[in-house]
Amino acid sequence: MAESKTGPAWTGNYLQDYGRRRGLMAWLTTTDHKRIGLMYMMAMFFFFTVAVMLGVLIRLELMNPGMQYVTPRVYNSLFTLHGVIMIFLFIVPGIPAVMGNFILPLQLGADDVSFPKLNLASWYVYIAGAVLALTSLFAGGGVPDTGWTFYAPYALRSGSNVSLAVFAAFVLGFSSIMTGMNFITTIHRLRAPGMGFFRMPLFCWGLYATSWIQVIATPVVGITLLLVIMERWLGIGFFDPARGGDPVLYQHLFWIYSHPVVYVMILPAMGVISEILPTFAGRTVFGYKAIALSSMAIAIVGYMVWGHHMFTVGMSDTARRVFSILTFLVAIPTGIKVFNWMATLYKGSIRIEPPLLWALGFVFLFSIGGLTGLVNGALATDIHVHDTAFVVGHFHYTMFGGAGVGLFAAMHYWWPKIFGRMYNRKRAIWAWGIFMVGFNVLYFPMLVLGIMGMPRRYADYLPRFHTPELISTVGSWILVSGLILMVWNLIRAIKHGEPAPANPWGGTTLEWQTTSPPPQLNFAVAPTVTTGPYDHTALRAAAAKEAQ
Amino acid sequence: MHDSHTTGGHAQPAAHGDGHAGDHAAHAPVATGTFVMVWVALLALTMVTVAASVWFPGKVGIGVAMVVTPIKAALILMWFMHLKYETAVFRVMFLSAIMILALVMGLTFFDYSFR
Amino acid sequence: MHAEGGTLGAAAVSPAAAAHHEHRDDIGSKTGMWLFLFTELLLFGGLFIIYAVYRHKYGTEFHEAAHELNKAMGVTNTFVLLTSSLTMVLAVGALQRARVAESLRWLGATFGLACCFLVIKFLEWSAKHHHGIWPGGEHLHAMPPGEGMFFNLYFMMTGLHGIHVLVGMGVMGSIAARIRSGHVSPSRYAALEFTGLYWHLVDLVWIFLLPLFYLTN
Repeated sequence: MAESKTGPAWTGNYLQDYGRRRGLMAWLTTTDHKRIGLMYMMAMFFFFTVAVMLGVLIRLELMNPGMQYVTPRVYNSLFTLHGVIMIFLFIVPGIPAVMGNFILPLQLGADDVSFPKLNLASWYVYIAGAVLALTSLFAGGGVPDTGWTFYAPYALRSGSNVSLAVFAAFVLGFSSIMTGMNFITTIHRLRAPGMGFFRMPLFCWGLYATSWIQVIATPVVGITLLLVIMERWLGIGFFDPARGGDPVLYQHLFWIYSHPVVYVMILPAMGVISEILPTFAGRTVFGYKAIALSSMAIAIVGYMVWGHHMFTVGMSDTARRVFSILTFLVAIPTGIKVFNWMATLYKGSIRIEPPLLWALGFVFLFSIGGLTGLVNGALATDIHVHDTAFVVGHFHYTMFGGAGVGLFAAMHYWWPKIFGRMYNRKRAIWAWGIFMVGFNVLYFPMLVLGIMGMPRRYADYLPRFHTPELISTVGSWILVSGLILMVWNLIRAIKHGEPAPANPWGGTTLEWQTTSPPPQLNFAVAPTVTTGPYDHTALRAAAAKEAQ
Repeated sequence: MHDSHTTGGHAQPAAHGDGHAGDHAAHAPVATGTFVMVWVALLALTMVTVAASVWFPGKVGIGVAMVVTPIKAALILMWFMHLKYETAVFRVMFLSAIMILALVMGLTFFDYSFR
Repeated sequence: MHAEGGTLGAAAVSPAAAAHHEHRDDIGSKTGMWLFLFTELLLFGGLFIIYAVYRHKYGTEFHEAAHELNKAMGVTNTFVLLTSSLTMVLAVGALQRARVAESLRWLGATFGLACCFLVIKFLEWSAKHHHGIWPGGEHLHAMPPGEGMFFNLYFMMTGLHGIHVLVGMGVMGSIAARIRSGHVSPSRYAALEFTGLYWHLVDLVWIFLLPLFYLTN
């Protein structure tokens, strides 16, 4: 509660209790952005674990042709749940709600976000949405089996509990909007003295672009999902061809949100990478303004390309051409970022540490994801690979290899700041190595399978797809081993790790100027800013002085 | 709806690229007469739209509505909603949001106009 | 939502900040409010896209169906809402000038006009309902697809708008209570100002609904 945080006598860090409330109640009623970030992290890890297990089950079923463990209907529910949980409960809120909440105010030199109570409310709304989503599994007509996209007209007809699942997604949208509103206002109003927009760390730029997408795009899917419920309830016929409606219009409205939202997933991850690379290259980022503005460019162009999800559904040819051309435009700002990152490393004094390895992993995997995206974006090739395992491979390279790995990179970068403890470096590197191998063994065969003609969302397949499917399933085991090692290493560090110094990596942004973990009010002395965010000269001078 | 007063410590006005100093109520209240005039204009414009749709149903009526309605919206936005008196940031933000909506609608019609 | 939330921690940090016993950032709050309004705008925006698509597809049927709507009621309601927007800005202006009683009177007038709007809307809807024109109703079901689409859109869009009017009335009620208790006052009137912004948005949406539904024939 706000009033309990006042009083100049307090000197502890944010992990310790303060004020009247203790223990769990202190956490559940906190308005501290750092604690809220951690609460998001805990909830999200729970859901991530569940969805990973569902994914492993899917892979198990696909290990051999024929049906082994589940019925086709259960298989449909498996991939629907895997998608719904991963997208709505993990990746969309992922980096913004966890790392954004924790790091954004610190990087801006602020005490908290602009609306701390709204921030707490957003967590509760997130939990409410999650509970609704879980309820939809057990109540009513059973587990939704529409796929995470809830496409009409099947979503209008399915006897499973689609209405509740759709409503859950609607509620989760609110949580997302609240976070977005909070971050935009915080960035506009609470930057430290001297920090103009172009002295903001690039992670903040990523979050700024993300927040705008959350605020502007989410309501469109909100109303669309409500209309699906109304359709199921009253039969209003907007998306029902039997009543003069157009199911393709549902796809338009769905992707008007859901395409921009893939940038909600990826832009913060790109921001994380733009933080990590300069730190471990020991030099300023190459092309600061280009990276900052390319985030905004991606956000804007991202609104104009949703049609590339619909090349085969019967859109007009004009629309297909326009959307295809616009899709290729997105590659420009993305390319700008990748080239600038590489230029940042060039002639830097590179230190190999786990965060850097994860960041490089991001660049590698995301590049594969981006390039395979162009195959989908081109009209002719898309006809061949649409709705095949190729698409599944592609978006796992971008979403998991991009946004997911970006989150892991962020965790390895900021873990010492968050918990004040260092994790085991060697184990972290091993986990990274195992993960990277497992990832490619898991998803690369999907690209091959897709080109061979293996459709997505099929529970069974022809024997000729067996070898790549088997390799892919083995990859899933390797990947999960890497994940388990990584998570164990991080969690172990919270209790047993070496105490972390304030600035273990030699970072230059403001969050490294306060203690690890930070005090409740973030900074003992309100910071002021006189240079750009990645100026290593002061650090280097200090190091030289120490050496003398 | 949400916190009417933001919290968070060192919001130093000097830091902000946008907005005047972190003051509140930077401007004097707008004169009542101005609002009444805006209201009269809104009523009159509504009458124009209705009259056009009654006397010239079809293309002309719709055309008038398409021109007049955005003007009415602008009156409300600029005076009643104070955008005229706010810093430019608010107008830029509003225009961006509207432009995105228009863009999205336009792109949707690349499909529906050419089916 | 609260009165004392503005004290978070400023005192602990620097002597300069400690000089303020309370920290307020009204421009920040207003930024947040406008962002909220954008989400509302885009919420209706989704429906406007659907309207545009089906009007494009079913132009003739839309014109036919629009004949069945009561133009006089639609126009009257427009006047009612426009006038309520005026009384709302006058309520804000009065509070800014420290005329609390006058502000409450204008707010009451706004509330009354909102009621009036809903009564007219109710009469309109029940007349339609009477004829079986209702989402899921048998008459609407039997209509040609395009006309059915028009009425379903009409009910969804005016329905969503009506919910916003109801919410607005609830907010006005609570603001009135807070003006009486002094929590919203001439020196901190942001909450009333934001209620006004929300109310004007409700008005703004209606301005577009009028020609889309009542004046299309």
